Amino acid sequence: MIFLNDPINFIAGWMRGLLTGWGLPEGLTTVIIYVIGITVLIVFAMVLDILLVWVERKVVARFQDRIGPNRIGPFGLIQPFADIIKLIIKEDLTPAGADKLLYNLGPVLAIASVIILWAILPLSEKIFGVDLNVAVLYLVAAGALGTLSIIVGGWASNNKYALLGAFRMVANMIAYEIPMVVVLLIPTILADTMSVQGITQAQSGMWFAILSPLGLIIFLISAIAELGRSPFDLNEAESEIVAGFHIEYSGMKFGLFYAGELLHAFTFGGFMAVLFFGGYGGFFGLEKIGFFSWLDNPFVQALVFLAKAMFGYWVIMWIKYSMPRIRIDHMLAFNWKFLTPLALVVLVNTAVLSKVLAGLPAWGYVLGMFLSNIVIGFITVEILRAYGRKQHKVESKLSPQNTQNQEQAV
Amino acid sequence: MTVDQIIFILCAALILGSALMVVTTGKLIHAALWLVAALFGVAILYAILQAGFLAVVQVVVYIGAIAILFIFAVMLTRREMLDKGAQTRSNWWLPALLGLLILTGLVFLIIGQPAFGRTAAEMPLGVDTLRNLGMALVSQNAFVLPFEVASILLLAALVGAVFVASGNNE
Amino acid sequence: MQNEWLYIGIFLVIGLIVPIVPLVFSRLVAPRKPNPIKQSTYECGVETVGDTWVQFKAQYYVFALVFLIFDVETVFLFPWALSLKQMPLFVVLEGVLFIGILVAGLVYAWRKGMLEWA
Repeated sequence: MIFLNDPINFIAGWMRGLLTGWGLPEGLTTVIIYVIGITVLIVFAMVLDILLVWVERKVVARFQDRIGPNRIGPFGLIQPFADIIKLIIKEDLTPAGADKLLYNLGPVLAIASVIILWAILPLSEKIFGVDLNVAVLYLVAAGALGTLSIIVGGWASNNKYALLGAFRMVANMIAYEIPMVVVLLIPTILADTMSVQGITQAQSGMWFAILSPLGLIIFLISAIAELGRSPFDLNEAESEIVAGFHIEYSGMKFGLFYAGELLHAFTFGGFMAVLFFGGYGGFFGLEKIGFFSWLDNPFVQALVFLAKAMFGYWVIMWIKYSMPRIRIDHMLAFNWKFLTPLALVVLVNTAVLSKVLAGLPAWGYVLGMFLSNIVIGFITVEILRAYGRKQHKVESKLSPQNTQNQEQAV
Repeated sequence: MTVDQIIFILCAALILGSALMVVTTGKLIHAALWLVAALFGVAILYAILQAGFLAVVQVVVYIGAIAILFIFAVMLTRREMLDKGAQTRSNWWLPALLGLLILTGLVFLIIGQPAFGRTAAEMPLGVDTLRNLGMALVSQNAFVLPFEVASILLLAALVGAVFVASGNNE
Repeated sequence: MQNEWLYIGIFLVIGLIVPIVPLVFSRLVAPRKPNPIKQSTYECGVETVGDTWVQFKAQYYVFALVFLIFDVETVFLFPWALSLKQMPLFVVLEGVLFIGILVAGLVYAWRKGMLEWA
């Protein structure tokens, strides 16, 4: 095993040899190797998180036609470190009457629920935490822990705005979990496995984004709602309830909530890349040609994955900084009356077509799936337009001009 | 004492301790959160038994939906969310005695089983439990009828919940 | 398979410990001068009025209930989805029937006005 082709197993094998050479039992060796590997992965995720703060601030600045931080360090790269130092030395205020243990537990749970997702994120074919055979549902389970952390944080602050914000946020998150889980079934059906490695391998011929573009769009919308980012950021509605459930958090605890949100966004970008854009692979069979065999190298694959994840994160930021906030009743109506039925229709369509089109050659399969999604999208848009026309007619009848005309006619 | 047994004992201690805290703690929100800890312990047990799918489903459904439902119910109905007053009744020794007798009876029954004391069989390698579960749920000579009846059961639950929630307006 | 979940267990433990490190560091380094005004609850700059208890809408509970039903449904659909490749077309229709029965429930809740926020 050369290091370049299989880095993790090479290092693990070397360490195992070293530790058993020192006389440690087999089980303990495994645990020590796991602990070292996990610490490296988590530290990598946290350092990436710091970089993401810089990316976020630069990107939002460009969207708002300004430059962003550029004083500290080249291109403002040291800015996040300055922010962290500031947050650490800020006074840690605990509001009166707050539940001490839960108050401290909230931010820790929030960021823990994001970090545990990095255990299954496939950075490359050979670099990953663990290849869980229920990885797709594990994603949902980590979201459930995140929801719990919001309730804990909101309740422990002893502040009615925090509690209100927390409940609105949780109602939002659990509502949008349904279309997300339904759409997560689509890569499962197409790849016939729930493991993320399997889903990535199954996309080596054709990305699932082309086989099911509606699935991608629904996943993107539900993911943004799950993250609590704009346009679904009722929780942080600064003009309404002043930072929602983390009103009473200051200093590093607030920093953990904020950093957790950014890392969560990046991780969801990564999952979008894995589930729909081919993850670390997906080169349409290019890597089988002799010239491109370097595309099979684990480090190249990791870079490809990070690039795709950064693209997903950029799309999420783009939507955040371009769209206005949506009201809570509109958000929930959008989910239960539009997104969930649409997600179920797309799921049924994918399941039926995956059996019906199974015999066709590859191009027939791809074309059939893609066209069916286009047809469903077209029908949906037509239904929405008809509904919109009806609403418009109803509203124009009630408008002041019409009522005035009626009065004059009488 | 193998490592498996130690992990099992820790897990069981977590579940039983959390369950005890659920019924004895004074604040309702704390009780709900101890319940979450107990459910998480059950998920760990499933993972130890190599039922990974059930472990994840336990977290998703129980902790992600049912515990949140409990917390919402607590928030909606209690004004103070604190249990004031004594946590035990004056004649608590009678139910405790009965519980102890039942526990002794159950322990004797379980020890008398021929399978007691043997370790669980390891899953043979190469068996894809999840796919077998899926095929069992949909094949005609396995569980397809309970699968469909489960959906009708869920429909009944939904209709009942809607009816009870809207009953005040009718 | 035991090793996978052991990894996840250790990951969870370390994932809980790692965020505590900056919090502990902050506790050591930051000033701590609590006084009643700094610790008072925030309410847009004025004194709080009334207890920390707000009348919550029953609607939250209804949404959580509908979410629970659909969550259990989608969890049932995962084993079904994994069996599709090996089984005939009939199995897909079984799943469609399952989904259809629950869509009927969603339509019922919709018509009864349970999905309104008002």
